[in-house]
Amino acid sequence: MTTPRNALVPGGAADQGPASTTPSGDSRRLIYGHPSLLAERPTHYCPGCGHGIIHRLIAELLDELHLGPTTIGVASVGCSVFAYDYLGIDFVESPHGRAPAVATGVRRTRPDAFVFTYQGDGDLAAIGTAEIIHAAARGERISVVFVNNGIYGMTGGQMAPTTLLGQHTTSSPEGRDSSLAGYPIPITEMLALLPGVSYAARGSIADPSQIGKTKVMLRRAFEDQLGGGRTSIVEILSTCPVGWGMTPQESMDHVANEVVGVYPLGVLVDRRAAAAKGA
Amino acid sequence: MTAVAERPRLMKGNEAMADAAIEAGCDAYFGYPITPQAELLERMARRMPELGRVFVQAESEVGAINMALGAAATGAKVLVSTSSPGMSLMAEAMSYMAGSELPIVLINVMRGGPGLGSIGPSQSDYFQATKGHGHGDYRVPVLAPSSISEAVALVADSFELAARYRTPVILLADGIQGQAMEPVMPTFRMPDWDTASWELTGADGREPRVVKSLHLRPEDLEVHNAHLQAKFATITEREVRWAGEQLEDAEVVVVAYGTAARVARTAIERARADGLHVGLFRPITLWPFPSKALAELAPRLRAIVVVELSAGQMVEDVRLAVERVPVFFHGRTGGMVPTPSEVVDRLRVAWALTAPTP
Ligand SMILES: Cc1ncc(C[n+]2csc(CCOP(=O)(O)OP(=O)(O)O)c2C)c(N)n1
Ligand code: SF4
Ligand SMILES: [Mg+2]
Repeated sequence: MTTPRNALVPGGAADQGPASTTPSGDSRRLIYGHPSLLAERPTHYCPGCGHGIIHRLIAELLDELHLGPTTIGVASVGCSVFAYDYLGIDFVESPHGRAPAVATGVRRTRPDAFVFTYQGDGDLAAIGTAEIIHAAARGERISVVFVNNGIYGMTGGQMAPTTLLGQHTTSSPEGRDSSLAGYPIPITEMLALLPGVSYAARGSIADPSQIGKTKVMLRRAFEDQLGGGRTSIVEILSTCPVGWGMTPQESMDHVANEVVGVYPLGVLVDRRAAAAKGA
Repeated sequence: MTAVAERPRLMKGNEAMADAAIEAGCDAYFGYPITPQAELLERMARRMPELGRVFVQAESEVGAINMALGAAATGAKVLVSTSSPGMSLMAEAMSYMAGSELPIVLINVMRGGPGLGSIGPSQSDYFQATKGHGHGDYRVPVLAPSSISEAVALVADSFELAARYRTPVILLADGIQGQAMEPVMPTFRMPDWDTASWELTGADGREPRVVKSLHLRPEDLEVHNAHLQAKFATITEREVRWAGEQLEDAEVVVVAYGTAARVARTAIERARADGLHVGLFRPITLWPFPSKALAELAPRLRAIVVVELSAGQMVEDVRLAVERVPVFFHGRTGGMVPTPSEVVDRLRVAWALTAPTP
């Protein structure tokens, strides 16, 4: 890891990130820093891609929860396969879709580790459907970061099970037609039905306030695992400007205006919070 | 470390292999029910939790082998077992584990194929085990026991090879070996296992580690492949195993492994009683194949008879290994087992056809 690049502002209130004063003891407070676990190098992601933002959220949370030394990340196959180049933690690569099974093996043999998967929508909601459903059915104590950009980014923008109806992709050139290709799959809602899932939520990265809310969801999911919960999953509506044929700004607006209509934002289940309230 | 049990026990093959893995210190088992290996899974289901170790019945063989991949990445000593159709589903992850250099032991209790085939014993996954499963340039050691006692010993040896070379290892058995009961001298053994230099623990106090098979730049992948090939060459150099029986005066030799070798042994006794000088060459490692030993033996032979529970798979490796010696073949398929009389007949044919001209 390289030295953190920090932003110091005079006397600012710090509600995010570690707060500190400068060595010289002046009263400026750190409100925004470079997470120590995030590599200081440009990512390979396209301009406007959500993966970089989500990597950052994970790095911030691992820092804030002091999880760097005990985390084992499980990478999937998709544009984010290189997550391990940007996050300074132990990582194992999985075959396409199999991350929840790989994470099961890690979890069972490293009971004290913090274990999370990072998966795209093609990975989790198409080829890996069996693995995620059954990891969740077993209630594996893992956290799942599910990045839904509604497309197969890595292979050149083909239709995914999550692709919106009417959406043009390289394999639905006339737009997704339900008579040929069925309907978008609300897999997080499906998972939230399972008793093994203790936390499920959907956020987005469409604007800074949504990013903040998504971070809260991720924190809740991670804390759920640390507190002895079962499977926690946060679906994050993300962008693929290249695959969508949009500018970065258009793609963010598209998430905020169109995608959330099909995939509503919010907490779908939080069993531990519900139990605490009931108690 | 060797623990010798006091007296032979009557054990079913599947259960003996499970016990051998447990005594070898197996930390985690993942599987999915399939005949004829289900008793192995059932034995592990009972014993592993009792010992505080990991047992998971996965949602499929795809799930099981990927759980194995994850567990192996943490340095755990992992066993997976299946039978032929399940082995096909495990192909993808085998390739990933070969590429990522992860040690696991996989027992395939072979049944008749192709497709759903039959639940009878078979050796028709020889190609798959020795040359196939997943994509890419790789091999994994394949060990073939011919008795339950030998299977017990080879389970421990498989773990040892897996750790020594950071590779998956296949123990290739068949339905008879899985189902039959035999008196077994359970000479269980705890092999060496050192994964400290690469296992994933969380990057506490050290640089982060990544267990992966992806090398996107062709230049890098070629370097990685060269490393793997060098490893395969070392294994080929050092780990070949085979056993010979009655080879001293043999003019015709049966090459057979596993259950076929046991049938051949009976056939050889009978043929010898008829005055035929025949012997048995039994590969124990199917990869690396004992080509050199066979090639050294061949010039003394009139003929080789390969016997398999398949339409003829290992016979290709035998033909590649030897020159100028005629190679005969006898096999049964679908779950059928060659009888000793069939093999004796084949030996007589080979004997007669290759008789020195006066
Ligand atoms: C078995 C297998 N099939 C297909 C592929 C090709 N492939 C690589 S990534 C990918 C889709 C990735 O889409 P997604 O999970 O949504 O991730 P994104 O790139 O959109 O972030 C596919 C189909 C593969 N690597 N392995
Ligand atoms: S193709 Fe799409 S998902 Fe992949 S890096 Fe580019 S924008 Fe991101
Ligand atoms: Mg995608």
